[in-house]
Amino acid sequence: MNSTLKNTETGPEFNRETLDLVNKIIKRYPEGRQKSALLPVLHIAQAENQGWLSSETMEYVASLLDIQPIEVFEVASFYSMFNLQPVGNCVIEVCQTGPCMLKGSEEILAHFENRLGIKAGETTADGKFTIKTVECLAACGNAPVLQVGTEYHENLTTQKADELLDKWKAENKISHTNPYL
Amino acid sequence: MPLLKVTIDNIEVEVEAGTTIMNAARKIGGSVVPPAMCYYSKLEGSGGYCRTCLVKVSQGSFKDNRPMPKLVASCRTPVQDGMVVQNRTSPEVMDNRRAITEFLLINHPLDCPVCDQAGECHLQDLSYEHGLEETRTEEDRRTFDPIDIGDLIKLHMNRCILCYRCVKVADQITDNRVHGVLGRGDHSEISTLIQKAVDNDFSGNMIDVCPVGALTDKTFRFKSRVWFTRPFDAHRECAKCCGKTVLWMKGEEILRVTGRKDQYGELEEFICNDCRFHHKETTDWIVEGPRKIERHSVISQNHYEKLDIPENGEESE
Amino acid sequence: MAEQILLKNIDVPGLASYEVYRKLGGYSSVEKALKNYTPDQVTSEVTKSGLRGRGGAGFPAGMKWGFIDKKTNNPRYFVCNFDESEPGTFKDRHIGQLNPHQLIEGMILGSYALGARTSYIYIRGELFYVLRIIEKAIAEAYKNGFLGENIKGSGYSLDLYCQPGAGAYICGEETALLESLEGKRGNPRIKPPFPAVVGLYGCPTVVNNVETIAALPWIINNGGEAYSAIGIGNSKGTKLISACGHINKPGIYEIELGLPVEEFIYSDEYCGGIRHDHTLKAVVAGGSSVPILPAHLILKTAEGKPRLMSYESLSEGGFQSGTMLGSGGFIVMDETTCIVKNLLTFAKFYHHESCGQCSPCREGTGWMEKILHRIESGHGTMKDIDLLVDISKHIEGNTICPLGDAAAWPVASAIRHFREEFEEHVKLQKCPF
Repeated sequence: MNSTLKNTETGPEFNRETLDLVNKIIKRYPEGRQKSALLPVLHIAQAENQGWLSSETMEYVASLLDIQPIEVFEVASFYSMFNLQPVGNCVIEVCQTGPCMLKGSEEILAHFENRLGIKAGETTADGKFTIKTVECLAACGNAPVLQVGTEYHENLTTQKADELLDKWKAENKISHTNPYL
Repeated sequence: MPLLKVTIDNIEVEVEAGTTIMNAARKIGGSVVPPAMCYYSKLEGSGGYCRTCLVKVSQGSFKDNRPMPKLVASCRTPVQDGMVVQNRTSPEVMDNRRAITEFLLINHPLDCPVCDQAGECHLQDLSYEHGLEETRTEEDRRTFDPIDIGDLIKLHMNRCILCYRCVKVADQITDNRVHGVLGRGDHSEISTLIQKAVDNDFSGNMIDVCPVGALTDKTFRFKSRVWFTRPFDAHRECAKCCGKTVLWMKGEEILRVTGRKDQYGELEEFICNDCRFHHKETTDWIVEGPRKIERHSVISQNHYEKLDIPENGEESE
Repeated sequence: MAEQILLKNIDVPGLASYEVYRKLGGYSSVEKALKNYTPDQVTSEVTKSGLRGRGGAGFPAGMKWGFIDKKTNNPRYFVCNFDESEPGTFKDRHIGQLNPHQLIEGMILGSYALGARTSYIYIRGELFYVLRIIEKAIAEAYKNGFLGENIKGSGYSLDLYCQPGAGAYICGEETALLESLEGKRGNPRIKPPFPAVVGLYGCPTVVNNVETIAALPWIINNGGEAYSAIGIGNSKGTKLISACGHINKPGIYEIELGLPVEEFIYSDEYCGGIRHDHTLKAVVAGGSSVPILPAHLILKTAEGKPRLMSYESLSEGGFQSGTMLGSGGFIVMDETTCIVKNLLTFAKFYHHESCGQCSPCREGTGWMEKILHRIESGHGTMKDIDLLVDISKHIEGNTICPLGDAAAWPVASAIRHFREEFEEHVKLQKCPF
């Protein structure tokens, strides 16, 4: 795993390039309002920490933004895109809400579960895949829909699900990449 | 500034501009006052969450006499001149209060028999006054394990109604908040996330502001039912706080020290942890006399008027 | 076909690039406004247009702008609500992905009218790939002098940034969005004060939906009156309808408000009828939160008048027999649909998305989901059906923000119109579908 979040003696640390990006984002907000950058910075930190936010990572983010760690914990635990537990390399997020259900999302989910031998919310033993159910992804016209990293995959069928899974397996898909890049 | 005239349950009162319906009602007093599970006058920005104080505004003001379309949170709604409010006189308000009470209880463990707050619990009072006789839920309740947040405070998250008061105490009267509301929706919880001690000179006030038994004093746990203790006003010289407290005594023993609460269960002044947790000898205190308990405690049922000062209680330092 | 204000050039290859957009007349409204109009004149055109907020509430945009507090010395902010998350709604993504410059052009107009020097587009975190498209477009706009210092020599300067959310439907509520933009939990604020007075960083702020903002360039180019000549009654202009479910042609359609619902569902120009010649059972016309209507009430009002795609017509009959235009998320269900099952997914959604601040929504949404789950899986009782109605009634109107209503209405309406289907689940002790 090519992580830029290096664990130094004093804890995790972004590399120069990522720090530049973080500082660029902080400048978008008025002086003293650097906390506004919290969501974007957490997205980056999660991507660089194997797809999840450890408490050390969150404390590092707190120090970058000069806020209390509890402020980061409160926010990170509120938003469903942030994982507070380790996840697999490739997180498959399948939409479950009404419009996708009407078009067969349950079948798609069951198909992934069967093929990977895990249930939604679980990670394969080899750490390669996690299946997550998510709520409406706002692509209902092309239901059923799933998301992997920042990619949307729409108009799913079990055949298309197979093709995707085979492709991800072949390329050792990693879904947690810096979303800004 | 001229005073504003507001009528609550047919009783008129005049208040300053900016006063909320809740505080106007408190000015009248008695049964006109809506219950408050999250509002706390000494904590800025508190209130609005629990919805138990919802009232009906049947006339907005003299200028605009239309009713407000929805029930409003009396703790967060400023009065207008000529506003007419219905609290107990509105069947709609009472019906909704019944429902809100039920909402607050569906995930509550109802473990009053083993809860230290029993007897002085606002949720007990609310349920008794406004609750249904029957339970309409058969669903499993949300559960969390009790945890220690520091050496002195126990957190029973199961009992929490998410009033945010303890978070506001930590924000507003301590210098470093380490706990907060984590998670979302009915999975929200008061927590520090990582096992971090809430360790601050004023953290004990979280216990006093908690309307339920979610945050309790570990030095008092299971020592006695509150109604078997006798409260005395007492004070001491304290460099950190006002030093004015209530000693909860059983015989000669101080079982617990709290701040002094008014008739709405609110602290008159916040006290420091030193006074609360570390001065449990009668010689530490100058006892003023028995405390008159107004509400929110079964102790008020056992008025004892005779001054009954424990020995050695006169002088301390 | 209706006048296309939002989707006119949507199929032009490369529209997301500045060059193509500019060649098609893009940014001309900004040049016009900065040269010929005072900020108040821009507001006045928008007021004249009768444009209503397209996020769901339908509040007149010009009036909302009029509330902004211009007396304080604080900065003012203009914020775009791109937190599109209401189930059945997928129109804003279409604009952001394919025509980002039109959104940016609208942002400049709104910012100028309100006197904002910094503006933000808050986009749901799941749509990061759209955020990247918009950021690229913003960079092009800076490069070509439409953003930054002294835009086109007018003396007006504006910075525009894009901010991602991170998975929270509630952030579509404007005060929750502002909290989130400040880097906090998406807890809606208690109102008043409204954002026009106390908004982002405590400063006067207007929050508008993507579709509302994207309509601004046309309004400035053609005049507010021209816009108000389109549509019907108080439903002016065009509206994007995102249609999904059991229809032959799911997709995003720009309709002139006032189009008959029947034509929208059955005409080949729009939804193209129900799939595989099935029959229409029910429609959720404005995103998952609005009341569901059975086929006969969506096609015609209770009085037998043809139902039209407009704010007024869809709400005719109140909640007893009507619904709302809402966000334009049009979910169509054929006779194979289990109404209870569909409702269960909505209940699960609102339970999942409740922020947890106030007790009726925090506790009530989960309770409703559990009861619905019981009924759907054949373990419910007749009493449960009434209990659901009672719970929904006590959530509605009692919460800090409209999520409570949004969770209550689908439940109340499904039972109002399809009670026998709930009863059948109870009697059969299983789902009949």
